[in-house]
Amino acid sequence: MSEDEGRPAPEHVPLEKVTDYLWKIPQYKADMRVPGMIFANQNLLEKMQTDRTLWQCANVAQLPGIYKYAITLPDGHEGYGFPIGGVAATDHNEGVISPGGVGYDINCGVRLLTSNLTEQNIRPHLPALAEAIFHNVPSGLGSRRKDLTISNSDLDRLTVDGVNFLIERGLGWKEDAEHCEEQGCMINANPDMVSNTAKSRGLTQIGTLGSGNHFLEIQKVDKIFNAKTAKTFGITHEGQITVMIHCGSRGYGHQVCSDYLRVMEHAIQKYKISVPDRELACAPGTSLEAHNYYQAMACAVNYAFANRHAIMHWVRQSFQQVLKQDPEKLCLKLVYDVAHNIAKIEDHKIGNETKKVWVHRKGATRAFPPGHPDVPADYRSEGQPVLIPGSMGTSSWVLVGSQKAMDLTFGSTAHGAGRMMSRSAAKRKYWGGEIKTGLEKRGITVRAASPMVLAEEADPAYKNVDTVADVSDQVGIATKVARLVPLSVVKG
Amino acid sequence: MSVKQFEGKFEFLEHTADVYVRAYGDSMQEAYENAALAMFETITKTGKVGQKEEEIITVEAEDQYALLYSWLEALLVNSETKGMLYSKFQITDWTETAESFKITAHVWGEKFQSKKHPQKVAVKAVTYHRMVVMREKEGKVVLEFILDI
Repeated sequence: MSEDEGRPAPEHVPLEKVTDYLWKIPQYKADMRVPGMIFANQNLLEKMQTDRTLWQCANVAQLPGIYKYAITLPDGHEGYGFPIGGVAATDHNEGVISPGGVGYDINCGVRLLTSNLTEQNIRPHLPALAEAIFHNVPSGLGSRRKDLTISNSDLDRLTVDGVNFLIERGLGWKEDAEHCEEQGCMINANPDMVSNTAKSRGLTQIGTLGSGNHFLEIQKVDKIFNAKTAKTFGITHEGQITVMIHCGSRGYGHQVCSDYLRVMEHAIQKYKISVPDRELACAPGTSLEAHNYYQAMACAVNYAFANRHAIMHWVRQSFQQVLKQDPEKLCLKLVYDVAHNIAKIEDHKIGNETKKVWVHRKGATRAFPPGHPDVPADYRSEGQPVLIPGSMGTSSWVLVGSQKAMDLTFGSTAHGAGRMMSRSAAKRKYWGGEIKTGLEKRGITVRAASPMVLAEEADPAYKNVDTVADVSDQVGIATKVARLVPLSVVKG
Repeated sequence: MSVKQFEGKFEFLEHTADVYVRAYGDSMQEAYENAALAMFETITKTGKVGQKEEEIITVEAEDQYALLYSWLEALLVNSETKGMLYSKFQITDWTETAESFKITAHVWGEKFQSKKHPQKVAVKAVTYHRMVVMREKEGKVVLEFILDI
């Protein structure tokens, strides 16, 4: 097998350079309703040209009712139907909604906590902390908390109430909800639109990390780029300890996507919509199929918010167990919880008009500007926190949303590093033990359920997250606030 | 990555983010059985999975792509909701009409035990992405599909 990372697109995709960070895919085929727009530097763009990313962007440009252009962000790579790192906005009435524009892991996202701890006072406790978190937060195959068992009706309530379901039961703090996208609870959730299969997958997996690229990290603030905004977010000094949680809606969301992909396959025949890829199956925004999907998706979104919330609660407990201090005293505050895979109904300016649109963000982070009513009140002067996790062992970023994002990307920016080496290539090149030793030499402790995942998730297998943050900052769709580096990694 | 043990049954192809499988068979049934084996080899080492419990799975779909998708998805859902791993698959009935495809399979496996079964990576979903169902000469079959992990 060659080292070639995937096969190139089935056709040549023409590109026009607009600026050093912006490339346009012209409407080179009749079916493209709008151009494609790629936000990347030369280097990131060249990587996208080795797989089907650009071709998929051109396919997304064919969706009925799409506005302005199909967007691929700097971390773009080949996905299913949509590229990962993709954004598309379609008219609320004349356009379509596509489950493929959200992805299988609905509301895969990131949650960040700050603390009043510094690297110096936590260093001696790191191994014990990692061990406590690994013990308290279920990860890997089949693992779960025996003390968080929920009934079918509880599950339905959890998917309607989101994080509030857990807060009412003493998990987490009341103010946590304010610091989540959608306040940790998307309205419109209707569990009647979710299959029993999805529910049975969800029942046993609530409060679990999962595996693959999902992780939990104890980090420190490495560098602050925007002190005023950082301070507003609770990031006060370099060396400050933070915790990042990255996971999604587990089997519940995967099944919702899968179920509605099938519904949409029938819908495209019923409504005579032609799509270039089966994974782009969709339904008109006003149809019953669209309505039902949106209500089911909202349940999965809430499941994921609650999932990260439960995990955060056990992280706070782990700190308490090891450091023998209340989480309140340690100021383990939630900075923000943000979705990376989601569809939303939002108002955006198209030319001189404000239009109601379906914004699909697949591997993209909402990046709303200062003053936007959906930004938490205490952050509104600065803008919405944008959280971009790196790959294992590399830095992660806190950025802040901007007006530029509203103008250029329907209020969105990148979501991560984006893979560039296949999992099998990574496994041939590295082995788990070597990766672990390498990280430990750099002072990063690692706990993982599967050593194989360590090799697959080796950081050279990913694009440089710093470059992704640079492009976002240079274009101005979300600007740099702080860089975080890991001290301890827990993986599924 | 070609694993000698599974030569002639399936192989893992290169894909940047996910698991790309090519499964072979002298018949469609055999290719389906090998596709299932590849999915569980992604999750664990199937050689370590005993064949203590037997289940019967029936799947119906409107075309051959949807059938492959549904077959793998049914196994994935059973595995997750029952905490099972499977290592032996036998398609016992295959009914094709102009409008639909229906298969019945007997599958064997055992409950996941963390001490016995090495964990590789959890499969999130089956996808249609790059899916290929190819009938070759002398009835040989090649299936290709990607698992989202």
